[in-house]
Amino acid sequence: MVPHDDNDSPRPSIRFNNVGQVFTSSDGSVINALDGVSFDIHKHEFIAVIGPSGCGKSTLLRVIAGLVQPTSGQAQIYGLPVTEPREEIGIVFQQPTLLPWLNVVDNITFPMKHKYGRVTLEEKQRAQELLDTVGLRDFAHKRPSELSGGMQQRVGIARALLHDPDILLMDEPFSALDALTRDEMSFELLRIWTERPKTVLFITHSIPEALLLADRILVMSARPGRIREIIDVGLPRPRTLKTLSEPRFHEIANHIRGQVFSHAVLA
Amino acid sequence: MKSPTISAARSSAMRSSPESAGRVLLRLLDRGAPVLAALLLLLIWELGCRLLDVPVYLLPPPSAIVEGALAVSPSSWGGHIWATLRVSLLGYALAVIIGIPLAVALANSRLLSRTLYPMLVVVQSTPVVAVAPIIVVVLGAGDAPRIVITFLITFFPIVVSTVTGLMSTPPELLELSRSLGASRWREIRNIQLPFAVPHIFSALRISITLAIIGAVVAEFVAAENGLGFFIAFSTSFFKVPQAFAALAILVTISLILFRLVAMIQKWWFPWSLPKS
Ligand SMILES: Nc1ncnc2c1ncn2[C@@H]1O[C@H](COP(=O)(O)OP(=O)(O)OP(=O)(O)O)[C@@H](O)[C@H]1O
Ligand SMILES: [Mg+2]
Repeated sequence: MVPHDDNDSPRPSIRFNNVGQVFTSSDGSVINALDGVSFDIHKHEFIAVIGPSGCGKSTLLRVIAGLVQPTSGQAQIYGLPVTEPREEIGIVFQQPTLLPWLNVVDNITFPMKHKYGRVTLEEKQRAQELLDTVGLRDFAHKRPSELSGGMQQRVGIARALLHDPDILLMDEPFSALDALTRDEMSFELLRIWTERPKTVLFITHSIPEALLLADRILVMSARPGRIREIIDVGLPRPRTLKTLSEPRFHEIANHIRGQVFSHAVLA
Repeated sequence: MKSPTISAARSSAMRSSPESAGRVLLRLLDRGAPVLAALLLLLIWELGCRLLDVPVYLLPPPSAIVEGALAVSPSSWGGHIWATLRVSLLGYALAVIIGIPLAVALANSRLLSRTLYPMLVVVQSTPVVAVAPIIVVVLGAGDAPRIVITFLITFFPIVVSTVTGLMSTPPELLELSRSLGASRWREIRNIQLPFAVPHIFSALRISITLAIIGAVVAEFVAAENGLGFFIAFSTSFFKVPQAFAALAILVTISLILFRLVAMIQKWWFPWSLPKS
């Protein structure tokens, strides 16, 4: 393939090219976490990944983050193979995993401090802006232990956004939150994503969440982890509470449920 | 103008006083309970010894212990205290200086932990008290053997707890660190070690009391001063009240050092304390 920079058909942000990942567990058994995964994510596209537990979703994310090397195939970012972690990526984890000894601002600037040993004034200002963005302006100098779970996860998101990454990888970021906070966070994430478009890979166990957020949904099957279906959501944006009651919303939700359950029953 | 205010104040004081007085008394009781209990115990001890005519060399009453303590000159006490404190603190410091870096190495290298850990367990399983005479023979006179014995007793808890603490770092943070391409050293210093602080301090608190035990054991085996030596010496001459006085001093030193370690954690690492 000849790469060409042409605005009408842009190069994909992320490309999985027949990616396979085999793990050997401590008892010697072989686990086929990913098998022949191929797909492209376009620039500034919002992709949700859904699938049964242990089907290799987190592994997919680690491969693109450059944290593990696939045993076969290749992951690419902007056409370049991922061989090590890259600058343009921000990661949000399932748990906020903040540093308990740092206050909120210092937690947000921690990646810079950790990488370069210092934080510039510009980064500090940006951290303040991000606090506004995630609605935590008054909590800048609180310790994580003084925040609720949802607020901590907001800090985790702000931390991932500090260097304004092109690609945002989110591994079940809202799954530890209660249902109400969860919806609120989804809309907030959409707002941030609209203001500063990014390519997002969002792993979730929640079908409504995936439908509310994503342009396309990647449905995976368990062991070996394969792509079962790629669904074009096609719901109009901006997505609001009304989106939840659209017929198409329920149609796709039921379809995905069928996919995941039929597989679970077979397995 | 004045009288209504005063009477109001008085009536409110009267209304609240029975309740608050009761509460104050309760709080004082609550605060003073440990002290009261200790005083009561001393009193029973003293009376029991006198009424039952317990021989002083079996169990001296508190008054005899105080007498025994005063029979020894302060400079002599000072010498013994300093000797024990010096050995304990040097052995303890050695255990911290060697134990924590060793724990970092063990936590970060599978090979090292596989090869060194069994050896450490063997060392820990060897009763130090039994090895002490051998160490004295090998290292000769002076503080060295005593410091080594103290080190051997204090070192293992520090290593084990620190390793546990380092391993308790959330794996996501290590991934974050790696995704930033930060060096291994930064990862250890900025993430792993701070996460281990609560575990390290619980080991430091246990080990400081073990350090006193280590020093005393070492002094039993070979020493010419120190509180352990003084206890062995006194009892061999049936000066039991003096031995008890030395014991009381040892307990006090242990408690003070234990509190001191706890205070250091509170001052320097307040975030590492569990919220109560
Ligand atoms: N480092 C590893 N060593 C061995 N096996 C691993 C490793 N990482 C993942 N696995 C295995 O690979 C499979 C996929 O794991 P992965 O974490 O990607 O699943 P997942 O889809 O994210 O699951 P969940 O929804 O529960 O988070 C699992 O069976 C897991 O046990
Ligand atoms: Mg996962």
